[in-house]
Amino acid sequence: MMNIAVDPGLVEQLAHQLSQVVGFIYPNEVEIQWAILIVVYPYITGIVAGAFILASLVKVFNVVEVQPIYRLALLTALAFMLIAGMPLNLHLGHPERSYEIFFTPQPTSAMAMFGFVYLWYLTAVLLVEVWFEYRVHFIQMAERTKGFVGGIYRVLSLFSSDVSPEAIAFDKKASKFVTVIGIPSAFLLHGYVGFIFGSIKANPWWSSVLMPIVFLMSAIVSGIAMVMIVYTVLNLVRKQKIDMVCLNKIGLFLLVAIIVDFALEALDQIHRIYQAEESIHILGELVSGRLFTSLVIVQLLIGMAVPLVLLVIARMQRIGDDLRRLLYFSSALLLQIGIFSMRWNVVIGGQLYSKSFRGLMEYKMEITGIESLMMALVLLALPFIILTFLVKVLPTEKAH
Amino acid sequence: MNKRDFLKGAALAIPAAGLLQTLTRVAEGEDLSTAATMTGDYDATQHWYGMGVDIDKCIGCNRCVEACKTENNVPQEPFFFRTWIERYTIKADGEVTVACVSTQPARGEETPPVDPDVLRTFFVPKLCNQCANPPCVQVCPVGATFQSVDGVVLVDETRCIGCRYCIQACPYGARYLNPETHTADKCTFCYHRITKGLQPACVEVCPTQARIFGDFKDEASRLERFERMNQISVLKPDMNTRPKVRYAHLDGEVR
Repeated sequence: MMNIAVDPGLVEQLAHQLSQVVGFIYPNEVEIQWAILIVVYPYITGIVAGAFILASLVKVFNVVEVQPIYRLALLTALAFMLIAGMPLNLHLGHPERSYEIFFTPQPTSAMAMFGFVYLWYLTAVLLVEVWFEYRVHFIQMAERTKGFVGGIYRVLSLFSSDVSPEAIAFDKKASKFVTVIGIPSAFLLHGYVGFIFGSIKANPWWSSVLMPIVFLMSAIVSGIAMVMIVYTVLNLVRKQKIDMVCLNKIGLFLLVAIIVDFALEALDQIHRIYQAEESIHILGELVSGRLFTSLVIVQLLIGMAVPLVLLVIARMQRIGDDLRRLLYFSSALLLQIGIFSMRWNVVIGGQLYSKSFRGLMEYKMEITGIESLMMALVLLALPFIILTFLVKVLPTEKAH
Repeated sequence: MNKRDFLKGAALAIPAAGLLQTLTRVAEGEDLSTAATMTGDYDATQHWYGMGVDIDKCIGCNRCVEACKTENNVPQEPFFFRTWIERYTIKADGEVTVACVSTQPARGEETPPVDPDVLRTFFVPKLCNQCANPPCVQVCPVGATFQSVDGVVLVDETRCIGCRYCIQACPYGARYLNPETHTADKCTFCYHRITKGLQPACVEVCPTQARIFGDFKDEASRLERFERMNQISVLKPDMNTRPKVRYAHLDGEVR
């Protein structure tokens, strides 16, 4: 018999989790398989999809009021997209084999197909749209700057040099075309994340036909709210005046998105409670016990009800712009907390009860290490660092 | 090359590369599977393995669990199991208490208190159900877990990326992530033994013959006889996984 050396940190974590088990669980269920990084991952992809859909309102649906944040929304989507794959990769037992998802994909696997959806969305939609949007800027900068930096701009412009009105008109057309493809792609991107969970029949907390659409609506909420935060902060830093017409319009979309999101999530739970299948007792224990704080208090109350009320107040006529901005901003911040805890409640919540429906597990988050709080914070900070760089080098306002 | 041509080229080249890879793999895969059906004298196409478990015979001694851990290098820590034993206690008021006697082996030696309220108690050996319709195989993004020609669900540890999706998809909690290889791990029916005509380790050591290993393609096998002589149930039939681990005298409380 070989003696296998198991990482003592893991043993300690599992022993603690085992000590917290209530009732009966299958012995392999002590380990929480998808931890904090898999909470971060749908949170980040959700922001990508939501921000892009907000941007597409300008291009496809001609919502002119939102024009001022078009570029910002696009750059926000790009910044988060560049990081979206990282939590997944870091979480793998063998990250060095992750390319296998592209080279030897299994067609029946939702996860394998997600790899392609991600790649498609990043390369065929986001990067192409950003390139068309900034092509003229790249060419102008290439002409204006010399040396190495000029060279970079030349590469970024893919060595194009045509800034004639016809070429610019083509850019616009192409960009619109990409957006038209981009909307279903964004839907696909995040709907797919929902499908990864929703298609697991073994787990009744996940297994729901509404899961993709719930994920999508919550993505739209978090994406729009994130652009609102970025827009407000950016204007504060630049000491510019915020376009209130634009902000009000975003606020309206946000309000509608929250209501639809809430309705869908409520429908999902009402359906589950009414059908009252075998799992309902243990799920009831889960929600009223280990998930109560993160689901009822944080997700529903602080993360949804309060921001909803704030947004409604912000739409009242008599309020001054300063207060309105504050209401929008605090609402958007609370929504981030709400959507993040929604991801937590789905991902972690679905692993806190046994598939024997006879017991509850516990998740003890590590502070340092790969699958840890620190890593999650780093991953959540990275998109903002990238975004700061992007808005520094690229103009966010379009010359009209 | 103008930008229009560039985009056209890129739009074609990227998906084409992926498609080519997939096709190559399918072609290679076919070759591999034909090769894998014949190894020496062993012809995998002639077998379709399963296991019978007689609940009434299990005494909860845990020897199968120990034998499995030894035979298959399963970590000794009580968080990783390819097979384990559950103990059910059902009381007159309908209260069901379940304990895993394998996580704390001392439990297997406990003498249950004499309690007139207890209606029935029994042990249930659990293991991978070797489903004919395995959800774990369906979700594996890279095809590292697969059903062999002779009906055993296996994991190729040189291909598994350790995403744990299969562990989530298994309704029976039969999988774990091996902390040494960082790949998904599970019962193989002791594939290295059965293909040599031996019994799986757990079956070999069971003192009461509560486990019966056999071949559904062999009408004279003990498994076929077990199926003929008993009323048979499977775990979680509503999952439509079509388990090849069949239980005799299984109580309705067992999940």
